[in-house]
Amino acid sequence: MPDTRTAPRTRTDVLGLLQVGGVYLAIAVILVFNLVFTPHFATMTNLRLQLVQVAPVAIVAIGMALVIATEGIDLSVGATMAISAALLPLYLGYGVWPAMAIALAAGAVVGAVNGSLVAFAGMQPIIATLGVLVAGRGLALVFADGRLTEMFDPTLGALGNASVLGLPISVVLVLVITGAAGLAVHRTGFGRRVLATGGNRAAATLAGLPVKGTLVTVYVLSGLLAAVAGLLTTARQGASDPSFVGLLIELSAITAVVVGGTPLSGGRVRILGTLMGALLMQLITATVIQQNLPDSTARMIQASIIVAAVYVQRGRSAA
Amino acid sequence: MTAVDHPVSAPGRTGPSGRRLRWRPDRAGAPIVLALVLVGGTVLFGDSFASGQNLGNIALDSSYLLLIATGMTFVILSGGIDLSVGSLLALAGVLTAYGAQWGTAAAIALPLLVCAMFGLVNGLLIGRARIAPFIVTLAALLFARGLAFAVASEGNKVYIIPADLLLTRLGQARWLGVHAPVWFALGAFALGVLLLNRTRFGQAVFAIGDSQEAAELMGLPVARVRVLVYVLSATLAGVAGVLVAAQTSSGLPTIGEGRELEAIAAVVIGGTLLSGGSGSLSGTLAGVLLLKVIQNLINQVGTLTAYYQQVVSGTFLIVVVLVQSRLARRRRR
Repeated sequence: MPDTRTAPRTRTDVLGLLQVGGVYLAIAVILVFNLVFTPHFATMTNLRLQLVQVAPVAIVAIGMALVIATEGIDLSVGATMAISAALLPLYLGYGVWPAMAIALAAGAVVGAVNGSLVAFAGMQPIIATLGVLVAGRGLALVFADGRLTEMFDPTLGALGNASVLGLPISVVLVLVITGAAGLAVHRTGFGRRVLATGGNRAAATLAGLPVKGTLVTVYVLSGLLAAVAGLLTTARQGASDPSFVGLLIELSAITAVVVGGTPLSGGRVRILGTLMGALLMQLITATVIQQNLPDSTARMIQASIIVAAVYVQRGRSAA
Repeated sequence: MTAVDHPVSAPGRTGPSGRRLRWRPDRAGAPIVLALVLVGGTVLFGDSFASGQNLGNIALDSSYLLLIATGMTFVILSGGIDLSVGSLLALAGVLTAYGAQWGTAAAIALPLLVCAMFGLVNGLLIGRARIAPFIVTLAALLFARGLAFAVASEGNKVYIIPADLLLTRLGQARWLGVHAPVWFALGAFALGVLLLNRTRFGQAVFAIGDSQEAAELMGLPVARVRVLVYVLSATLAGVAGVLVAAQTSSGLPTIGEGRELEAIAAVVIGGTLLSGGSGSLSGTLAGVLLLKVIQNLINQVGTLTAYYQQVVSGTFLIVVVLVQSRLARRRRR
């Protein structure tokens, strides 16, 4: 209705703009703030550090966004990261590539378990993946006997620290995964099936769409991406630490997705927004730390931003 | 009894006379498994499991979870979820230890008031502003944990509760050989049962969880009930935090991580549906005990490391929910 635009609509327009671009605006604000008030913020070293630090959360969040688009949720991503990290040193003897393949395959298997529980057994995603979260972290600790294992593999070291075209490998991976996910969602039949499943599962089933297959695929992708994040974190630390790798990352990932403008109710997804949501949370933490404020302040600011972001989006999701 | 007193006729719920209206195998699952596990544990491990000391420890360990899970049952029955309780437990513990410098009354009132405020904000954002419970309480989880660390100077300062304070003596007392927190938890649980099954508020919780639109059409105060449910859950988490602090004579901002998930697991194992409207507090009690007894039993097996405890707990949760949904589906046919 472009021709009925009158004065009272202006407020709705501003709100609508905030709903779509809120996360970008927030990032712009925080960047400007830092450029003015934080010394040494606009250095390559610092920007690089922020991007490298956000990489695991961003990768996990992209998988989470796909799951949430199907009206699901995946709480098991942190545990999946731990499993992939725990398996890596066990199979390093066969060479670093087979070991990484096994770690990734394990992530896919965890995802397949989640997906089967949701799609075929009809369990609620939050419960199914909660069970896998608890059991998965335990399993990772059993694999690793609860110990931290240091690794000195050059390939792994390169994965953690080397650069391609001036960008750290992890950042390149984030960009590739975001691009692939964005294309998949907006340009392929798979993307349309994901959105249809989340939008109205009954209708999607009646329309003859392979709803169950789509669900399993989405959870497998989430598990796979979590395993990638687990490998990256392990490579960067030079050590496999199944007790702590990915701990509570499910909450950061869900936060990134939600702040990025994807509703929890499914049927809609914003891939680039998710990446920006992860970046925003990282920048907030970094800003707070660089302003010499305690970490607890960062958490409280993040909490307020989550509520604010969702409150702004509320009008649209209700419509 | 007017229609408003019993707005929903969900099958299998306790009727006005208190009798079970219909046998629900999916509801009775947790108590049956609990009985089997208790007998099995006694047979396998004898006195090292069935000793007064060990059972006392299980009861003490369960009491904090029971408090949180009781509140969580109300929240889940109303169709919501509360992720903030683990952080609120830690916050309440820190505030108890912080407030103890002004005496017992402050040490109890401060954390309970703050937690109730958190619950109120949660409830208003969920009930009035209609934001998804998952998001609101996720934010509250972050905020409460942040506040707990802020009060404890980023974890660098540990407030110690004086040993001669009434609170310490109360928290570490034993009555009839049972730890005081167990009595407090059982008391809160009993009040919860009365509130849920014998009051209009409880009936409204069921009705809203069953169908919010129907509850609104019936003229139930939907928003107010939803707000109160979160206040209740947060306050009970606060009580658990106060008791933990009194037991350990200190408040640590790091405790309680993941307790919200444990509580949700206990509620679901107890047969309450996450979609709301159907479930019971007695099931939750069985779910809490079941989780804790199984953890204890795995610790009894010397050859298994503690990590297997998590593997079994997680698998157990999935299996129980699978079996319940199968039984519920068969019943519907």
